[in-house]
Amino acid sequence: MKVILRFLRKYKLECVIAPLFKLLEACFDLMVPLVVQSIVDKGIANGDTSYILKMCLVLVSLGIIGLVCAVIAQYFAAKAAVGMATGMRHSLFSHLGRFSYSETDKLGTSSMITRMTSDVNQLQSGVNMSLRLFLRSPIIVFGAMIMAFFVNPDIALVFVVVIPVLSVIVFGIILAGIPLYRRVQSRLDRVTSLTRENLSGVRVIRAFNKENEEISEFETANGEHTKIQNFTGRITALMNPLTYVVVNLGIIAIIYFSAPAVNTGNMSQGELIAMYNYMTQILVELVKLANTIFLVTKALACARRIEAVFDTPTGMNIADDPATEGVENSPAVEFEGAALTYSSASAPSVSGVNFKAQNGMTVGIIGGTGSGKTTLVNMIPRFYDATEGVVRFMGRDVREYDLEFLRTQIAVVPQKAVLFKGTVRSNLCWGRENATDGELWAALEIAQAADFIREKDGGLDARVEQKGRNFSGGQRQRLCIARAIVSKAPVLILDDSASALDFATEARRRHAILNLDYNPCVFIISQRTSSISHADLILVLDDGAVVGQGTHEELLHGCDVYREIYRSLFKGGEANG
Amino acid sequence: MAKSPKKTTFGKVLRYMKGYRVPFAVSLVLAALIVAGTLYIPILAGQAIDLAVGKDNVDFKGIFRLLVIIGTVCGVTALCQWIMNVINNKITFGIVRKLRRDAFVKLQSLPLSYLDTKPVGDTVSRVISDVDQFGDGLLMGFSQFFTGILTILGTIGFMISISIPITVVVVVITPLSLFVAAFIAKNTFSLFKAQSETRAEQTALIDEMIGEHKVVAAFSHEDEALERFDEINGRLQKSSLKALFYSSLTNPCTRFVNNLVYAAVAFVGAMICIKQGDVTGGLTVGGLFSLLNYANQYTKPFNEISGVVTELQNSLACASRLFELIDRPSQTPDAPNAHILTEDEVDGNVSIEDVSFSYTPDRELIRDFNLSIEKGQRVAIVGPTGCGKTTVINLLMRFYDVDSGSIRVSGHDIRELTRGSLRASYGMVLQDTWLKSGTIRENIIMGKPDATDDEIIGAAKLTHAHSFIRRLPQGYDTVIGEDGGSLSQGQKQLLCITRVLLSLPPMLILDEATSSIDTRTEIIIQNSFALMMKGRTSFIVAHRLSTIKEADIILVMDNGRIIEKGNHEELLSKGGFYANLWNSQFE
Repeated sequence: MKVILRFLRKYKLECVIAPLFKLLEACFDLMVPLVVQSIVDKGIANGDTSYILKMCLVLVSLGIIGLVCAVIAQYFAAKAAVGMATGMRHSLFSHLGRFSYSETDKLGTSSMITRMTSDVNQLQSGVNMSLRLFLRSPIIVFGAMIMAFFVNPDIALVFVVVIPVLSVIVFGIILAGIPLYRRVQSRLDRVTSLTRENLSGVRVIRAFNKENEEISEFETANGEHTKIQNFTGRITALMNPLTYVVVNLGIIAIIYFSAPAVNTGNMSQGELIAMYNYMTQILVELVKLANTIFLVTKALACARRIEAVFDTPTGMNIADDPATEGVENSPAVEFEGAALTYSSASAPSVSGVNFKAQNGMTVGIIGGTGSGKTTLVNMIPRFYDATEGVVRFMGRDVREYDLEFLRTQIAVVPQKAVLFKGTVRSNLCWGRENATDGELWAALEIAQAADFIREKDGGLDARVEQKGRNFSGGQRQRLCIARAIVSKAPVLILDDSASALDFATEARRRHAILNLDYNPCVFIISQRTSSISHADLILVLDDGAVVGQGTHEELLHGCDVYREIYRSLFKGGEANG
Repeated sequence: MAKSPKKTTFGKVLRYMKGYRVPFAVSLVLAALIVAGTLYIPILAGQAIDLAVGKDNVDFKGIFRLLVIIGTVCGVTALCQWIMNVINNKITFGIVRKLRRDAFVKLQSLPLSYLDTKPVGDTVSRVISDVDQFGDGLLMGFSQFFTGILTILGTIGFMISISIPITVVVVVITPLSLFVAAFIAKNTFSLFKAQSETRAEQTALIDEMIGEHKVVAAFSHEDEALERFDEINGRLQKSSLKALFYSSLTNPCTRFVNNLVYAAVAFVGAMICIKQGDVTGGLTVGGLFSLLNYANQYTKPFNEISGVVTELQNSLACASRLFELIDRPSQTPDAPNAHILTEDEVDGNVSIEDVSFSYTPDRELIRDFNLSIEKGQRVAIVGPTGCGKTTVINLLMRFYDVDSGSIRVSGHDIRELTRGSLRASYGMVLQDTWLKSGTIRENIIMGKPDATDDEIIGAAKLTHAHSFIRRLPQGYDTVIGEDGGSLSQGQKQLLCITRVLLSLPPMLILDEATSSIDTRTEIIIQNSFALMMKGRTSFIVAHRLSTIKEADIILVMDNGRIIEKGNHEELLSKGGFYANLWNSQFE
């Protein structure tokens, strides 16, 4: 709720105008039965044709004024709702953009995307409808009752009975329906998940000849869904007949009590008709109100989900006076007792890391899957903050730097090769905006990507589709390497980025990276000793702990785990990635 | 051309409704009763009003009689309404259920060549949301289309019975409201299209930038992303506002036309009343009242019907997407005289004779391939990632049929065997570990549903799965969610291996998992594999050099083709692709 008001604040005027004009429209609607009443009582009774004509013109002008009011109301309601949604999307996008990796992990990207798209859309239509109907419907319902009192206070008491009864029926059925619909949905979810599971496991299911068991399980879930659907249908189908009966009982009561009044002359025929008309107006509006409430509960659920995003604080603490330069003559990267425990985990993913890497050095990091290699390097550009100890870049704690500065100083080639819609050039320029063509080509050469880019239509301007799906996995990976090299950042991190390359290409690339002219400090993560044996410093990780560090030769003699990994190459290593 | 597929879809839908002839007929009768009742009440009320003309001019008895009739009619109508709704629900949900069932049954017999090319999400959405939308449309059609038409006809009939001139007024002016609605719909269509295009553009950007947020953050690209986002967001605001505003004009505009009709009826009706005075047979005040009531409601069914028509079109489109799935040809069924391979028959000899195969006709993968495997031999399939190693598995398990040539198991062409018995003679462990949602036990006994607890625990102990299963909250009865839920990749793999080990068929197909498993688990898994392979013919998608080196036959694959075959020494001395791959390890 709070979040809706926050973004509607800019549209205060619209939020007042829209319901106000809806209210006016409702008031004009309420006048109609009165006009009809006078046509009957004065016009027809007296045979006054000109009066009838006048009153019918009043009806037409009521219609015109109503139309104008409605158009104004619709416009301002739409403007407020759309404006709110636009502002909300902007804030969400920029808020999500400031998320650190921990928050991204927590929310999950697909849920972040749903909230930005369908949740905001539903909220927009919810706000639009409420601005239009939330005032109109109650005004008509209660207005009709008040008008009835003006027409004939005694008989208007019928309204006092009918309106609460109708409300109980309408809202009672809605309230009963909400949990039922939820149950229908959860049964349907089961049917969905069985279908998805069946498709994803099709090979195993067929290998074990489980088709018939699958069908009977599906049948059960499917039948349960149908059963609860029918039950829910029976309950909600009560709404229309019951309200219909109540309104007609109201009409019977009106006529029944009016008859003596008409007989004694206390009430005219026209007044009787007006009462009847007010009664029918109530029914229509209550049903509309019920639908609006349905929509609004849905929209409120969306609002809560959106609010949860805003309530997630953007994690990184930024220094008050962020530094934008390092200390001269200090090691490029230094770890001192650094450890990282993810917020959802009980034990640290990596701990006790101590090393210094000078400018131009190559650091290899090796270890099995889940041993903490990526976690270790993620602390350098502050994707995650060390929960213990210190990580330094150019002699300063990474937390003292301006975050954007820090990240431009550290180029990362992530494990998952991701490109973005645009051109090859626009992707490479993520590394550095003003890079020249020459620099781009040089980076492509180093990454062993120049050949296939040259063959592409348009070369550097060749189109890249969303997520780079018009390139193969290996090509994407090489482009990601090129993108990192373009930045000429003093620290370059390659996270297992050789896995999709064949050996010969990898060897050439490794050689090229070692000879980069801007002489960066390079971190290479790998599962294979061959990729890192040339490194100046090798860190061996096992289950989150550094179990050895040194050069290839030193480790071969002094580190069991390293020796094991090295030997597995000859006796049971991987032939490929 | 454009119309015929729609027609056939409609015909197929009708076929599904066949079983509901009686309820459908009852529903139609009830609809007619409801319409008659709903329309009759304003007339009765009008007559009652005519009996209360003024002072000392009230026919109490008559009014009372009419009120009793109104009460009865309204009670009957309401009851009919409820019963009709319940029947309509029953028909619709029943059809929905049958459609889903048929679709699911179809999924079990569709060839993998179809399923492999369709994303899972696409098929799921056909079975779930398309069917749902179809059901919604059908239900709406039932409850509104027929009653709508009847209401229009009934209203005209009743109006004529009261006053012909006023009926003419209503029938002539009302189409104006439809015209206005159609005009707005036509003009807002392009606005909606523009809106959804901009929206799609924005979603794509969100998908990229939020979906790959980690990379965006790594390159400090957030500001640039926001800039692009805001530009699209601004355009979306403009097009949304237009679409929303113009489309929301429909209601006020049709209501306005309605008001015009109302005023016209009031005027003409009042004039007729005055002219004819109290002459019986002419238009009375009560009659005018009934007509005004009708005038107010007359356009409603028109709007409803036009809504229903779009809904029905949409619903037919959904149905046709589903029928596209249901009507797909199934895989060639097992021959009626297909041989059932018994376990004793399987000796482990497999021969591949002159096999040619391709997924698409334009890209031939395997041609005239021959290989004969004897009992207990190990076949290693090697090659770079994505080289098509699963193709061999697809052919052996008969997930795909060969284009020409034949594969024989124990001398039988596998196409002459029942698929069930062929597949039962293989134990398969894929790298893509798949578990059903259900208990651990249910997952393990998949291949041997009658296994005893001792057998299950015995198998789990052999694969070292027992120790972690024991530590789960409910042990073997712990329920795991879709895709293994919270189990680690290694644990899932161990369960898949236990599953095969329990039934232990005479031949094995194994995909060595290497990624995402820690070293210790990997050793356990290797040992379990070794245990199973003893004395069994096995096909292994191999990553470990030890497995490859010790294999009796090595198939080297690249780009989907089998490019070399032989044992380690033969291939090394050949100096081809394999030798190259092997030697590059030592570079």
